[in-house]
Amino acid sequence: MTTSLTTFSLSYSSADYLLALPMLLLTVFALGILMIDLMLPQQWKRLNAITALIGVAFSSVAVVKLHLVYHAAEKQGIAIATFTGFMGSLVVDRFAIYFFYLFLVGAGIAILMSMRYLEIEHENHGEFYALLLLSVVGMMCMAAGYDIVLIFIGLELMAISTYVLVGFLRRDKRSNEAALKYLLLGAFSSGIFAYGLSLFYGLTGSTNLGQIAQKLQEVIATRPNDPVVIFALLATTTGLLFKIAAVPFHQWAPDAYEGAPTSITGFMSVAVKSAAWAMLLRIFLFGLYPLRPMYVPLLIFVAIATMTGGNLAAITQDNLKRLLAYSSIAHVGYMLLGLIASDGQTNSTGIMAIMIYLLVYTFMNLGAFAVITSLRRRNIIGDTVDDIAGLYFKAPTEAILMLIFLLSLAGIPPLAGFWGKYFIFLALIQTGHYALAAIGVLYSVVGLYYYMRIANSMLMRQPVDAEPVRTSPAMRLALTITAVGTVVIGLFPNFFINGANWSLGLVQGTQHMARMLR
Amino acid sequence: MYNHILSIILFTPLVGAILLMLVPKENKDAIRWIGNIFGFLGFAVSLPLIPWFWALKDRAGFQFVEGAPNNWIPSIGSGYVIGIDGISFLLIMLTTLLGAVSILSSWNAIQERVKEYYVWFLVLQTGMLGVFMANDMFLFFVFWEAMLVPMYLLIGIWGGPRKLYAAIKFFLYTLFGSVLMLLGILFLYFHHHTLTGVYTFYLPDLYATAPKIGGHAAIWLFFAFFVGFAIKVPMFPFHTWLPDAHVEAPTAGSVILAGVLLKMGTYGLIRFSLPFFPAVAMTPWVRQFVIVLSLIAIIYGALVSLMQKDMKKLVAYSSVSHLGFCTLGIFALSPLGLSGSVLQQINHGISTGALFLIVGILYERRHTREISEYGGISNVMPVYATITLIMFMSSMGLPLLNGFVGEFTILQGTFMENKVWAAWAVPGVILAAAYLLWLYQRVFFGSVNNPKNEKLLDLSGRELATFIPLVIVAFWIGLYPKPFFQILATPVNNLVATVRPDYPGLTKPVLAAQPVNPNPEAATPPPEAPRAPETQKPATTGDGQKPGVAATQKPVPVNTVKANLAAAPAVLGK
Repeated sequence: MTTSLTTFSLSYSSADYLLALPMLLLTVFALGILMIDLMLPQQWKRLNAITALIGVAFSSVAVVKLHLVYHAAEKQGIAIATFTGFMGSLVVDRFAIYFFYLFLVGAGIAILMSMRYLEIEHENHGEFYALLLLSVVGMMCMAAGYDIVLIFIGLELMAISTYVLVGFLRRDKRSNEAALKYLLLGAFSSGIFAYGLSLFYGLTGSTNLGQIAQKLQEVIATRPNDPVVIFALLATTTGLLFKIAAVPFHQWAPDAYEGAPTSITGFMSVAVKSAAWAMLLRIFLFGLYPLRPMYVPLLIFVAIATMTGGNLAAITQDNLKRLLAYSSIAHVGYMLLGLIASDGQTNSTGIMAIMIYLLVYTFMNLGAFAVITSLRRRNIIGDTVDDIAGLYFKAPTEAILMLIFLLSLAGIPPLAGFWGKYFIFLALIQTGHYALAAIGVLYSVVGLYYYMRIANSMLMRQPVDAEPVRTSPAMRLALTITAVGTVVIGLFPNFFINGANWSLGLVQGTQHMARMLR
Repeated sequence: MYNHILSIILFTPLVGAILLMLVPKENKDAIRWIGNIFGFLGFAVSLPLIPWFWALKDRAGFQFVEGAPNNWIPSIGSGYVIGIDGISFLLIMLTTLLGAVSILSSWNAIQERVKEYYVWFLVLQTGMLGVFMANDMFLFFVFWEAMLVPMYLLIGIWGGPRKLYAAIKFFLYTLFGSVLMLLGILFLYFHHHTLTGVYTFYLPDLYATAPKIGGHAAIWLFFAFFVGFAIKVPMFPFHTWLPDAHVEAPTAGSVILAGVLLKMGTYGLIRFSLPFFPAVAMTPWVRQFVIVLSLIAIIYGALVSLMQKDMKKLVAYSSVSHLGFCTLGIFALSPLGLSGSVLQQINHGISTGALFLIVGILYERRHTREISEYGGISNVMPVYATITLIMFMSSMGLPLLNGFVGEFTILQGTFMENKVWAAWAVPGVILAAAYLLWLYQRVFFGSVNNPKNEKLLDLSGRELATFIPLVIVAFWIGLYPKPFFQILATPVNNLVATVRPDYPGLTKPVLAAQPVNPNPEAATPPPEAPRAPETQKPATTGDGQKPGVAATQKPVPVNTVKANLAAAPAVLGK
């Protein structure tokens, strides 16, 4: 065993490291920030954010480069296998590249949002940005991992970074409480998840998702109701559902979202969630594909519970961050419907819907959190429905942008959010899940209610306090990017739909993702 | 201009809205002027459509088609395709007219957040026009939903004391209906793909495949669409959002809400429900069910109107009653019933729009709509009282005015189908006279018994200008409705032929035979089409002579129906 490992490690080539280049660059920048931060005087701390942005930019260039190489290789008919590295544990395929883009966009916008916010909170430390970049590295491992060990390491890297980020406001009780809750529940669920994965390793003798699927097929064929398989599946599913905050494993989300620094809340709701989805899709669609008949009924229950719990709980919230936390739980419910509708082999519409959903969600939800972040002023925490009252009179641009984001979250065409829901329902109708589709659309009406509560307060009520709302240039840039993204994807979705299709290998409409990736 | 007339009409208000955003918001008068100019411009650019459409009125299918089925989002098969037939033509003209009128009426009524108001109003205008023009199911749905947002804001920002409640109720109700419709649309989309292997939302293509759905699926789908449209109309059990929205909305918002928004529901029934699911619409229990709902709406709406103490609420409930006539006419499913229904939709837009303006004028002066606060107004505001009387007469269906023609035609069409239905609808007409005349008596007659009313000013020139076009149209339809029936003859005939191929005296449905034209240029008429406004007064063109291109095209033989239709106005009109 030892010898084989050494031979393998000797066989690492520069190509392996090129595949990991986006992650390596981010790691270098993160460590760089940590060191530079020591030397920076207080008034120069803003440089950390700029360094982090440069790091994101470099990493993006590396992803684009990989994308182009991938494109060229495909044209020449080079097999996808050449894009796996580190003994097949890292697969930088279209799916992974798509998620890399999502993570980098989310991280970039979150950094822009944080710059002024951290100054107001007097917590402007370099570690913030370093941890942010490291969590993106973890996410990339989750999206590109084809080996459960790598996926788990990525998950833990992301999660630990996020625990610290949630508790970053050391002087704020809520932030500390949120971090502790998140840490305890997160660690607990990671444990269950790891236990499930270890059982699968025991059942199949491999940590590679492809081989797990193969072996599982045989196990299922010989012992259809093996309790170990069922137990392993339950443990793994629990872990995964916890990470995407699906009911009944959602309790941590509102607390963590409320207590975390607002920019981190936004970041968690999009990038961290996307990473969890990437991991979930990888595991469910590849490693555990043979168990699909077992987990689909489970998912149907969870999806309905999630939509119900998220939407109904959001109605009564008065804290904007909690409200958006519950709304993001509800959105997870819709996305789960996509996974129920499609298996990625015979039908990929639902998976593609999830990809589109995550894309539009990145823009609209970060945009909404950006507006809430800008409400944080000297003496005002600014995260309740009352704080946003009369926003129109204080900052008309922000109010109109918030309206756009809220309408988009509610799924009103022609805004981006509509496309996420549209493809989910399309997939459900296509695969004949009419009842689920009806439940889904009806809950989206409930969703409109609580989003419009915010809009009502913002546009139709008088302001409660006189403190003006000022936005920094970085925040304005973040708002511009998210608003343009929300409107442009809404009006001209074709490019993005093709992008999501590409990520699943559906360009010609005939190939399905599994075939592309194996 | 000729080839892009629809796009020009559609986007003129939006251009105005974008221009308005650039004006500083302190400059209220400039904003009002620009808003009004674009309101009027929106109407002005739609005027050339009258002669142009008149020349093509005998052609089946959609005219002035622009865009191609796949040009917007090719990956899902949706395109920016717009086109109109006689039904949408009339509704578009109504929309542009009422848009201009209601923008003009808000000059003094809106004093806060003026800029936003005009921006949202113009956006709303584009949204509504888009609903009537879209020839692509998906485009239709986008306009249908997008239009809710400006209306929600108009009610919620500039509305009365309970505006928040009313705005959100309006939004939730209509969204509830439309999401179910979305599922229905998606089903049709996949059904089309199953039959033809093509993913498309193009309406004429769906017309060809949707009727082939059979069994329970068709009934479910029919009701998925029906609920969406019925909420919008609103039909009886779904009407509760309407009084709230009307009472709280600003005057101009109510005018548009009653005049145009409600018509989207009836338009949807005519444009989608009937041709998509002809068999379901003809299923006896379904038809009976819808007709009974319509009859309940007629009687119930009128009775509730009778009891109102608030003038605006009274007018709002009268809308429920009037729209009941429209749905009754639609589900009478005969040429007379359908064309009467469309005409009644126009009439309702004109007269109820005017009624809301009338209530708004008193409200602007006294800030109350309680009937008991008024009395003897005709002594202090004689011009206003005259206009009001004309519009009340029009709304209650007095001969020589528009309401009579529409209601009579609907009742005639219904009577020919089923005498009992017609018999139940007639009390609605009587009750309408009762609640309107009683209202008139209480508000206008007698002596001025409230000292606050003694110094009320009569109509200003601007206010009078908002009524004049409506009065003219009311008399025009009342005295000479023939051109309206002629415009409706072809689409209504085709529709009835699609739904009831066995209906006596009809030709084969021409809609299905209309080839899918990939080239938008070819779909519009050749350049020699008449451009001179020779039919400004369409009545001067006789029946027999068809000007220009219409003569060279193969005319649709609709003479039988036309004769049928012509019979009604001939009796009534002169």
